[in-house]
Formats: sequence, C-alpha cells, structure tokens
Amino acid sequence: MEQAIQALWMIAIGVGGCVGYFFASNLLIDNVIFPATGPHAGRNITRANLIRPWLFLLPALIALGLYLAYPVFATFWLSLHQQRAGNVSEFVGLSNYHRMLAEPKFRESMRNNMMWLVVVPALATLFGLLAAQLTDRIRWGNIAKSLIFMPMAISFVGASVIWKLVYDTRPAGQEQIGILNAVYLWFGGTAPQTWLTIPLWNNLFLMIVLIWIQAGFAMVILSAALRAIPEETIEAAILDGANPFQIFFRIKVPQIRGTIIVVWTTITITVLKVFDIVLAMTNGQWETQVLANYMFDKLFRAGDWGVGSASAMVIMLLVTPILIWNVINARREMR
Amino acid sequence: MDNIAGRKPALAWAVHISVVALVLLWVLPTFGLLVSSFRTGDQISTSGWWRALTTQEQQLPPIRLAGDEAEVDGTFVIEGALFSNARQVSAWGTSSRAPDAFAPGDVAELADGQTLTVGPTGSFRLTSPVSLEGSRLPRVFASAATPPEFTLRNYRTVLFTPSAGQSIGQAFLNTLTVAIPATIIPILIAAFAAYALAWMDFPGRALLVAAVVGLLVVPLQLALIPLLQLHNAIGIGKGYLGIWLAHTGFGLPLAIYLLRNYMVSLPRDIIENARVDGATEFQIFLKIILPLSFPALASFAIFQFLWTWNDLLVALVFLGTGNDQLVLTGTLVNLLGSRGGDWEILATSAFVSIAVPLVVFFAMQRYLVRGLLAGSVK
Repeated sequence: MEQAIQALWMIAIGVGGCVGYFFASNLLIDNVIFPATGPHAGRNITRANLIRPWLFLLPALIALGLYLAYPVFATFWLSLHQQRAGNVSEFVGLSNYHRMLAEPKFRESMRNNMMWLVVVPALATLFGLLAAQLTDRIRWGNIAKSLIFMPMAISFVGASVIWKLVYDTRPAGQEQIGILNAVYLWFGGTAPQTWLTIPLWNNLFLMIVLIWIQAGFAMVILSAALRAIPEETIEAAILDGANPFQIFFRIKVPQIRGTIIVVWTTITITVLKVFDIVLAMTNGQWETQVLANYMFDKLFRAGDWGVGSASAMVIMLLVTPILIWNVINARREMR
Repeated sequence: MDNIAGRKPALAWAVHISVVALVLLWVLPTFGLLVSSFRTGDQISTSGWWRALTTQEQQLPPIRLAGDEAEVDGTFVIEGALFSNARQVSAWGTSSRAPDAFAPGDVAELADGQTLTVGPTGSFRLTSPVSLEGSRLPRVFASAATPPEFTLRNYRTVLFTPSAGQSIGQAFLNTLTVAIPATIIPILIAAFAAYALAWMDFPGRALLVAAVVGLLVVPLQLALIPLLQLHNAIGIGKGYLGIWLAHTGFGLPLAIYLLRNYMVSLPRDIIENARVDGATEFQIFLKIILPLSFPALASFAIFQFLWTWNDLLVALVFLGTGNDQLVLTGTLVNLLGSRGGDWEILATSAFVSIAVPLVVFFAMQRYLVRGLLAGSVK
C-alpha cells in the first residue's frame, strides 16, 4: 500500500513537475524576460523564439546526455583504470583488455556471440518472412499472425521458463515431461538427452528461444512491406507465366530487400544485448557464455569493473557499425 | 495467393497446413506451461502436460486403507473408497512387487485370514476374523484411468503464500511500481522534445535528430556502472527513483524518434494557421499536436510498458537483489535456480508474470504494430 502511494506520488510529481516546468518556463520567457509588448516587442518575439526550442528540449537533452551519452565515455574511462583498495582508481592503460583477451571464458563468449549473430537474425528473419508470406493471403491469417507475434509480449525470463519445460529431462525409464525428449524418444531416440548441457548444441537451444521471440517482430514488418509491393509487378510476372515460388523469390523478395536489412540489423542489436535468456537457462555454464552475461558476471559477481567495462566496450564496438549506418540513413532521409 | 491465376488447390492446402504447423510450433511451448500451471506437482512430474487433456492410465502412488470398522456376522469389515474423485480402476495389488496382481472385483487373500476386494470404481471391502482396531491396515497399489483434472491451488499458493522469502505477490506490486511511472514520465518529456525537433526551426536540429537515432542502439550495458556511481554520488542510491530515472533515460531515444516521425507527418497547415491566429507554441503543442499524436503516444506507451515490465537487467542493477526489492523477472530467475524442479511453482509464477503483458498485447495489438512499423529505422 505504502508502495502504491509512493508510486502515485512519483507519477504526480513527475507529471506535474514536467508540465509545470514547460508551462512556467514558457510563461517566464513570453511575459517577463522577452515580453511581446513595449518598444522592443518585435525583437523580443524573435529572441523568445530563439530560446524556446531549447526550453522544450532541455529535460530530454539532460536525460539523454546523462543516461546514454555520458556512460559511453565513463565506461571507456573505467575500462582503462583499475580499482584499488580505498576507492582509488589507477590508470592501467590497456591492461584490462589484455587480461580479458587472455581469459578462456571471454574467448568462449566471443565465439558464442558470433554464432548468435549469424544464426538468430538469419532464422528469425527467415521464419518471419515465411510466416508473413503464408499468412498474408489466407482468411484466418490475422489470427495466425497474432499468435506468432504473441511471444513479443513475453519477457525473456518468462520465455526461458517456457522453453526450460520443453527441454526438461527425466532419467531414462521414467516418463519424459519435456516435449522435446518425448518427441525425440518417439522418433526412435535411444536415451533422453539433457539438451542444455551438450556443448555447442546447447547454444542452438538457447538461440531458439530468441528466434521464437523475434520471428513475430520480423513477420509484422515484412508483412507490411510485402503488402506495399505494387500489384502490377506481380501481375506482370503471372502473365509471363511465373510460378508462385518464382514470384516470391524473384519478384517479391528483391523488392523488400531494404526492409529485410532493417529487420536483420534490428535483431542483430537485440542479439548483442542478449543476457536474460542465458542467465536464466544456463548462466553461462556448459560453454554457453555470451558477452552481455560475461560482462554482468565480471561487474556484479566478480566485482572487476575494469574487465567488466572492457567487455562492455566490446559490445559497444560491435554495435558501432550499425549505429553509423543508421545515422547516415537518417541524415539522408532528412534532406 | 488469391490473385494468382489458375492457382492449384494443392498449393492452397500446403499453405494452410504450413501455417497450422507454424502456429502450433509458436503456441505449444506457452500452452504447455499454461496447462502445467493448473496441475499438481505430482501430475507434472509423472506425465507430460500433453497427456493432461485426456483420460490417462497410470499407476497411482500406494494408498493406505483407512475407515471405520463394523462387525457383521462375526467378521470385522471395513468399507470405503480409495479415491475421493471419479477414477476407473483397471488393476490393483497389495505389494509393490505385483501392483497389477488383481482385476477389479477379485478377492485377495491376505495374511491372518483377511480378505480384500477392490471394485472398479475404487470402493474396497476389507474383512478380518479378528478386530483390526489399532493395527496398521494394508496398502493398495492401483492402476487407474484418471480423467483430466485441474486445480487452481498453485495460483493460490504462489500469490498468497510466500515461500523461502520469494513472494510473487510482492514482486507483482514491485513490478507495477516500476513500470507505470517509468512509462508515463518519458512520454511527457519526449513529446515536448519531439515537437521541438519536428516543428521548430533552430540551428543544430538535424544534428540532434541524428544523435537521437544514434543513441537508439547504444547498449544500456554500458550505462550500468557509471550510472550506479552517479546515483550513489547524488544520494539516490538503489531504489525506485533511480530505476524510474534510468528507464526514462533508456526509453527516451525511441520515444523521441517515434513521436518526431509521427509529428512531422501532421499537416503543416494546421500548425501555421494556429500560429497566424496568434496561438503560442505552448498552446499549439497542448491543444493541437498532443491530441493528434495519440496513436503514436499509445504505441510508445505500450512499448515502454512491455519493456519495463519484462526487464531484468535494469531492475537487478538499479533496484537491488534483496527479496523484497525483486521484480517478477528477478523472482523467476531465483526460482529457476533454487526450485528448478518444482514445475508447479515455476509454471504458475511465470504465468502470473506474463499475464499482464499478454493482456496489454492482445488488447492494444493494433497500436503495437503501428509503432513497430514506424519505429524500425528505414
């Protein structure tokens, strides 16, 4: 109850504060500092309009600067320093990076992350494209879409619980309660497998969880793109005698290539940040470590801020090409 | 593929079947957990959830006979029922080595001249030449067909009985406390900023838009330690204020980006007419732009709500890991670690945690799709 009141207060203060700030600052600039009356009315209006955008932007700029821009530099700084006893930090150059590169767990994380980067965007986009094309032209397509899209609403942790039941293993002889083992035995598998402890393959079983979540996102975007394809191109292909597969691969897919790239890069960014699934399902055991979980381990379990920040910088480095590409595209669009 | 001339019925069927297969693949894992959350721990660990929907044959755990004794013609008789619910006995026995020794209705000769018979519905009759008062009655092993049986007990346990300090009810409240202010505050800040970026002329505007696009993809992993240090330095420490601010910061780039894109597409005439009529920028924003931008505001609100509700990392770092500070996702991770085998608790807790986002998802799907389409950088 106390908590609910606190939350209500926060909403009231937050909302009231924001509205109050915008209202009061506008009032101040229009009536007190640069009043639109008197001998300098014209000049004052111009000046007020020069300042006003920054009034509107100020809270957002502070929040963005403090919570997203500053940490990039602070993390870089931390990655070059080592914490010493008594809350002092000492400049150590690149030694954190050297220590990190020497760790087998880091190399394992890099290898796994690379696998994630290839497999997850590819399969999620593929399944999304398949679902978009198949559901677009059938009568109950919208229901099917909404069911495939549903995992988007489920947390990574919730999804991990869901899939842990799928992968569950009981000793041989007992009845299997995980559907994967049940199917595996039914198709003639010899003994129940503990799927999450088989090195390399277990990575795939973790990836399936993310593919399951992201395919719906890919489907929604690609479905909209498929619908935007001009009908004439398809009609022309039909008249020329193309079969449905040729129409799909030769006519439709090339026309939505741009959207496919967008979907691919968006999922790539999600993959780079994947943390919850690995933490909840294996916590990096059995060679399933990934960068984000490695970083969390270093920062909050080992308390090694130097190496932790260094691995965070590695994630930043991997995201940077996409960041630059996005910014270039956005600038081109603004013109 | 309606528009394809001379389409083949076989192909249409193949499409339908593939879609059914895809949908099943996507729904079954969740459905399995949902079914499991309505079963008892015993049921979950002895049979797969897909068997729960049909009547199934299974060997029950041993049942110790119990009942009041009556004397009939010099023999002592105990009558009663093995189960309290409807089950069909297919075989039974009195020893674990031969649990299927007798068919329903058979009479078993036990030691000391006792006889036992179990009927097809689970009623039993035990007779003995001497009084059984105070002695241990025999155990019965029965194989029975059990009709589908579901219980709501798991939900009662999970919601109202904290176990090992992990209270899902408390975590639910915590999550709500995190998610709602963390959804509302960034919308407000972003709306003003988006309006400035869309409709006000000032030097550096293009640069700021580009910066927002860039910040969209900055991994929030980088922000953890610096911000924790910052919060400690300014005295916020770990707590709700800190996590609200953090979520606000992390949500802003998407909010500004979505809202700006939407506001730019509003007709220029409306805004310029209002300016000519002498409306101040603040009035234009409040009375014209904000109401017109409702769809974009709703889209972002859903995104941010789902994201803050489902988040684990930010909550672990900025709220803390004590039992009374955990949000639903954090509690679930702990349960996976400490009670990984108790599927009835896990399944039910997971469903409590995903129920709210699922309701929001199905109710507001339209806005979510619209937001996705606008939000993916073209």
